[in-house]
Amino acid sequence: MSSTVADALDHHDEHGPAKGIGRWLFSTNHKDIGTMYLVFSLAMFLIGGLMALVIRSELAVPGLQFVHPEVFNQMTTMHALIMVFGAVMPAFVGLANWMIPLMIGAPDMALPRMNNWSFWILPVAFGILLSTLLMPGGAPASGWTMYPPLVLQTGDAFPFLIFSVHLMGLSSIMGAINVIVTIINMRAPDMSLLKMPMFVWTWLITAYLLIAVMPVLAGAVTMLLTDQFFGTSFFLAAGGGDPVMFQHIFWFFGHPEVYIMILPAFGVVSEIIPTFSRKHLFGHDSMVYAASSIAFLSFIVWAHHMFTVGMPLTGQMFFMFATMLIAVPTGVKVFNWVATMWRGAMTFETPMLFSLAFVFLFTIGGFSGLMLAIAPADIQYHDTYFVVAHFHYVLVPGSIFAIMAGAYYWLPKWTGHMYSERLGKLHFWSSTIFVNVTFFPMHFLGLAGMPRRIPDYSTQFTDFNTIASIGAFGFGLSQLIFVWVLVSAWKGQKATDRVWEGSHGLEWTLPSPAPYHSWDTPPKARIANEAFE
Amino acid sequence: MIRKSFLSLLGMCLAGTASAEWALNMPRGITELSLETYNLHMMVFWWCVAIGVIVFGVMIVSLVKHRKSKGVEPAKFTHSMTAEVIWTAVPVVILLIMAIPTAETMVKLEDSRDPDLSIVVTGYQWKWHYKYQDSGVEFFSSLARPSVEARRKLSGINPYDVENYLLDVDNPVVVPRGSKVRMLFTSNDVIHSWWVPDLAIKKDAIPGIVNESWFRATETGTYRGQCAELCGKDHGYMPIVVEVVEPDAYQAWVDTRRDDASRVATAQ
Repeated sequence: MSSTVADALDHHDEHGPAKGIGRWLFSTNHKDIGTMYLVFSLAMFLIGGLMALVIRSELAVPGLQFVHPEVFNQMTTMHALIMVFGAVMPAFVGLANWMIPLMIGAPDMALPRMNNWSFWILPVAFGILLSTLLMPGGAPASGWTMYPPLVLQTGDAFPFLIFSVHLMGLSSIMGAINVIVTIINMRAPDMSLLKMPMFVWTWLITAYLLIAVMPVLAGAVTMLLTDQFFGTSFFLAAGGGDPVMFQHIFWFFGHPEVYIMILPAFGVVSEIIPTFSRKHLFGHDSMVYAASSIAFLSFIVWAHHMFTVGMPLTGQMFFMFATMLIAVPTGVKVFNWVATMWRGAMTFETPMLFSLAFVFLFTIGGFSGLMLAIAPADIQYHDTYFVVAHFHYVLVPGSIFAIMAGAYYWLPKWTGHMYSERLGKLHFWSSTIFVNVTFFPMHFLGLAGMPRRIPDYSTQFTDFNTIASIGAFGFGLSQLIFVWVLVSAWKGQKATDRVWEGSHGLEWTLPSPAPYHSWDTPPKARIANEAFE
Repeated sequence: MIRKSFLSLLGMCLAGTASAEWALNMPRGITELSLETYNLHMMVFWWCVAIGVIVFGVMIVSLVKHRKSKGVEPAKFTHSMTAEVIWTAVPVVILLIMAIPTAETMVKLEDSRDPDLSIVVTGYQWKWHYKYQDSGVEFFSSLARPSVEARRKLSGINPYDVENYLLDVDNPVVVPRGSKVRMLFTSNDVIHSWWVPDLAIKKDAIPGIVNESWFRATETGTYRGQCAELCGKDHGYMPIVVEVVEPDAYQAWVDTRRDDASRVATAQ
């Protein structure tokens, strides 16, 4: 009996990837699907980045030079939708697909066919979304927040926008279910929940957030659809509806969404900083509790996006205090990273550099977040470039730097080759310098009174806008270095199994590149880790 | 003491450049509450600077000292209950210190009782309509002509040659200095947001809803703002201009406006 099982396993071991395009179209392999997610998100990152460059070109000097205001609004809207749903979220799902099974000792994701489906929905969704650029009336131009009544003035693109958002949500929900089922059921037998690596933990929490809020977004946009086409008036004042209700529902999704984009980033840097400090993560358990608290609080702070819509005083106070509370667990995370570095033996390879920049610059975004929590001050900051600076600080040198860090960190495990450290460092320094040149001046613009989402501005805003535009082009070009790093890594030096001197965890016990099928028999997590001591 | 004077010097630099160019920091504005808002903003800002100096300071020390190239042996510690309790509790205390003055200002911001004057502001795509409830004066306020011409794509007009490019209107709102002015906001189409930084008012104008806010200007002058909620293609072209004048000048303005209105009525 046991020998037949062993035979079956052996047989399974032998079959490698299918040949040709079928390998990718019909793939149920977590590594292939992870790769597709990552490549897709890189493509979306570059497309969304081009739109950002259209925006920054128009804003480089006062006056209207390149695009009409309606096109400008389409660019801001599409840039946000593509970056949020097309670049950042799929990149983290890609990392989850690749790394969670390797880190917990599982042979694959729990639901491999659904995994295939949840990826392949995305190119369709974004194909639809991008096609709206060519439709009569143009692409959606109401901002990614899709506030009614303005969004109902969208042209032919409107139903396509709703449909593509539905598809993205569907994909995210399926991805999240897969992550949860995998983590709960397929861990190595001796890996208890609190022994899981931080990246796995933050993804588990993120997946619950996704399941909780994506249906809410789906509900909100469906109500928009019926308001537009089926005579309902959920959000139309003339029919007894309430436009503000949409904002409440949207931000009930939207605020957890913000943490969906940052919690896995916390996980990535919590893997990298200990490796290059040659120490264990400081306060692993308190990091778990902090991430869980952040996730819980994310459900009760949504109306801090709405301090100017007119809310009762008690409501404002509640949302302000709850928002300020988020600073506590977020602070714990930052302090724990610093404590992890403290008295370590640090080296500064590219993944570590990106993680360190993450800690510095995400914290700056956290500071402006705390400022935004102060309701009376928020009334001045709201809908200005100060907010644009804030969320770009937490999303670009926050989420995206963490994704970059993760890509550099795990690339040798994925490909079996080392990337060029020289090019990686060049990419890091140019990205870090230009990201600050782009977004730091935006704080000043906002405080000085420049609203966001405007295609042209009064002349006193010129200097900082010009600086930001120069930075944006610098940042955009820097990302081409990243593409070159990836391409040139195929010819890079062979990677060892452990890759990094200080790395810990099951994924580093596998060969590099990780075999097409790994962990057919569950490993002993404890023994694997002790091997590294 | 030295630290305090250093901080206030830095603060003055920031504020100084702000009033000169209106470019680096939030304006202090011309109402009691705009000043309170500014002070709250600066309070949180300095807290953030202080926390940043400590956290980044420790981090930089670590980055300099604790590197492998210096031949250090990594320490083995993985947690410390004491440290963790401290850095959970201290932020809670700091937040409480911030929350109390903030809550006080919030209560004042909401207290629009007993106004001397009420103005209904209605947002339109893409202009503002003002109606003075007490005197019946009403008018639309749109982007001023010179800006309208200069703003067209490749108009050939240099924005620098236009006075107050994109921040000037044909009919400004006129209010008396020292009076409590209540503003009522609503909209005719989509959501707009009425924002004048010097009054520290930003309130959404929403169809089907009437929002409220108030201010009492302490200085005469011309104060400019813009629509702050994306409202369609010309969102960037519906500025706001508020002129604060002495009460008698205000009365004179109301009288002229009334005469104009009755002349138009008789002519019809």
